[in-house]
Amino acid sequence: MPDSQQLTPDGQLKHLLTLDGLPSRILTQILDTAETFMDVGERDVKKVPLLRGKAIFNLFFEASTRTRTTFDIAAKRLSADVVTLNIAASAQSKGETVLDTIANLSAMHADMFIVRHSQSGAAHFIARHVAPHIAVVNAGDGRHAHPTQGLLDVFTIRRYKGAFHNLRVAIIGDILHSRVARSQIHALTTLGVPEVRVIAPRTLLPAGVEQMGVHVFHDMKAGLKDVDVIIMLRLQNERMKGALLPSAQEYFKQYGLTAEKLALAKPDAIVMHPGPMNRGVEIDSEVADGVQSVILKQVTYGIAVRMAVMSILLGPTAS
Amino acid sequence: MKIHIKGGHLIDPAHGIDKPADVFVVAGKIAAIGQAPDGFQANKTIDARGCVVCPGLVDLSVRLREPGLEYKATLESEMLAAASGGVTSLAIPPDTDPPLDEPGLVEMLKFRAKNLPGPRVFPVGALTQKLNGEALTEMAELSEAGCIAFSQADAYIADTQILLRALDYAATFDYPVWLRPQDSNLSRGGVAHDGPVASRLGLPGIPALAETVAISTILLLARQTGVRLHLARLSTHEGVGMVRAAKQQGLKVTCDVSANHLHLSEFDLTRFDSNLHFMPPVRSLRDRDALVAGVKDGSIDAICSDHAPVDDNEKQLPFGEASPGASGVELLLPLTLKWAEENGVALIDAIDRVTRGPAQILGISNGQLSIGAHADICVFDPQARFTVTSKWLKSLGNNTPFLGLELPGVVKATIIDGHLDYERT
Repeated sequence: MPDSQQLTPDGQLKHLLTLDGLPSRILTQILDTAETFMDVGERDVKKVPLLRGKAIFNLFFEASTRTRTTFDIAAKRLSADVVTLNIAASAQSKGETVLDTIANLSAMHADMFIVRHSQSGAAHFIARHVAPHIAVVNAGDGRHAHPTQGLLDVFTIRRYKGAFHNLRVAIIGDILHSRVARSQIHALTTLGVPEVRVIAPRTLLPAGVEQMGVHVFHDMKAGLKDVDVIIMLRLQNERMKGALLPSAQEYFKQYGLTAEKLALAKPDAIVMHPGPMNRGVEIDSEVADGVQSVILKQVTYGIAVRMAVMSILLGPTAS
Repeated sequence: MKIHIKGGHLIDPAHGIDKPADVFVVAGKIAAIGQAPDGFQANKTIDARGCVVCPGLVDLSVRLREPGLEYKATLESEMLAAASGGVTSLAIPPDTDPPLDEPGLVEMLKFRAKNLPGPRVFPVGALTQKLNGEALTEMAELSEAGCIAFSQADAYIADTQILLRALDYAATFDYPVWLRPQDSNLSRGGVAHDGPVASRLGLPGIPALAETVAISTILLLARQTGVRLHLARLSTHEGVGMVRAAKQQGLKVTCDVSANHLHLSEFDLTRFDSNLHFMPPVRSLRDRDALVAGVKDGSIDAICSDHAPVDDNEKQLPFGEASPGASGVELLLPLTLKWAEENGVALIDAIDRVTRGPAQILGISNGQLSIGAHADICVFDPQARFTVTSKWLKSLGNNTPFLGLELPGVVKATIIDGHLDYERT
């Protein structure tokens, strides 16, 4: 489902709203650009002057600490001016407020909005209503998409595995409610991963998920066999209330990642998690902190990837 | 008032008439067809050359937003919109604010409508108080006040015991009950058809099962109670099949579909346009094709607009937060003609589904053009096409996914009760 809304007529990135339909050329451009920012965090002066004078607004209609912080750091490392608005606190994130907020901030000469919202499609909605010079980056909308997370995950995979064309990747957990899983699936399939598996009970899989190009497994042991990459998803405690699952204990037994289950994957398989982790619910501490875990690296890489996205959208070469 | 509708092509599905003929209106009634009555002197002649002359349309679901929701639309605006679309009779669902659950509200609505030019208004009373599915309304009182049927609008009675009692009580007095079948538990939290598109877009789903489980329950209760049942706004392939089978088994049940659902599917949602947020949701192509075929073969008795004007503050929102529904009373005829064009349906059959079909469900004698009948007439040019724009639409609601689309069928004149209530100049 290509989305022309985020590309200019000549195929350049205008907004980053979803990875669904984004050509691999653009994904690769972002990953390659992120590589060039990898050393910035290790310098004494952790800054490059690429976005000096640009105004970036973090609009978080839904609470977030980690994503907001990494966007904040990424923008500052690019020397942009960053303003963070926690609109979630004012609860009534009703339409008029959204459009009014957008109009007001546009009038303050914003160059970019980083948007998080509990409704799927909110970033598309905002992108449709901003002034033409403003770029919108989706930092998570409902269950729909979390494109920078998907990008940092494939960036991590590329760093550890070198290429995509010979990989088996398994995503385990609450696919139904996960915008992260959707973005990962689009990134992985677009970049040519031949086998993407999703492993979950039927209650946590969306209808027709196979049509996104994945293989469905309900048995974790079968699903983990010979995979190169294991991505665990966070399980929200509220899933037990809606009768989607009986208990955290039973979930851990069936779908939690333990050293024993990890042994079924390839010996050099890496373990990933978008965070924040529920230790003992979806992942055993022994694995989360083990040698195959790259979970903290993901966080570090996330900054470089977000710098790449911002610089491509706003940088000197951006139209 | 004496009106001569001259040179048009008369189509009256109720009598199987499909031929060129003039129509003569005297004192609110059809006085003659073909030859003028003796001594007829027209006060007004309508040039209907190239036009179809048919019964005024009967729309089974038009929200006028009064009382209580006048910021979305008013009686004046929506009745003019209806007349400009050739619609002459409207059934009004009870989801106003407060809902139509007391005789006073119904009387006020009828009184307000009566003093305005425009279509006849037929209120559908609330089946339960405040539409909350808990306590019955005073149906006999509401019926006396002018309610022609009882419904829950878009609410559903979750408690099956109360649903049974509501149908049983209505059946006692032979009041028709109109229900939109959608199980409220299975649809909880959903905003779009539960299928591959909603999955991809991360939109919480409403499974087709929400409709079929409800239809199954309602049909069993209808068999037991003998209630006069009408199922509103079917949306699924299986749902159409279940109603078709029930009819074949001799159950007295009718059903309708919204014109929107004959044209749209889940694949139209890909840009999160909140104008495509409908209740029931637009579903798969297979579902849409079954609705198209169901209207064609008569399993579905009527097409309605399910007119729901919504103001910008409630529509200009992320998909899931936006109020569902589209403004559509003016598009009922064009969307029906487009459906007919695309599916090889004869004009007389298409017109049947928006005149005779819904009139029969409403239990009114309108929707046909026999001599002596009420002169409710629509004159339209079937060849003319127009582009849907907010300027074209007379409704206060500009919320329609068909904006920018070219549609067939331009209404030239609408006569209601012998008055020329609308004429395109």
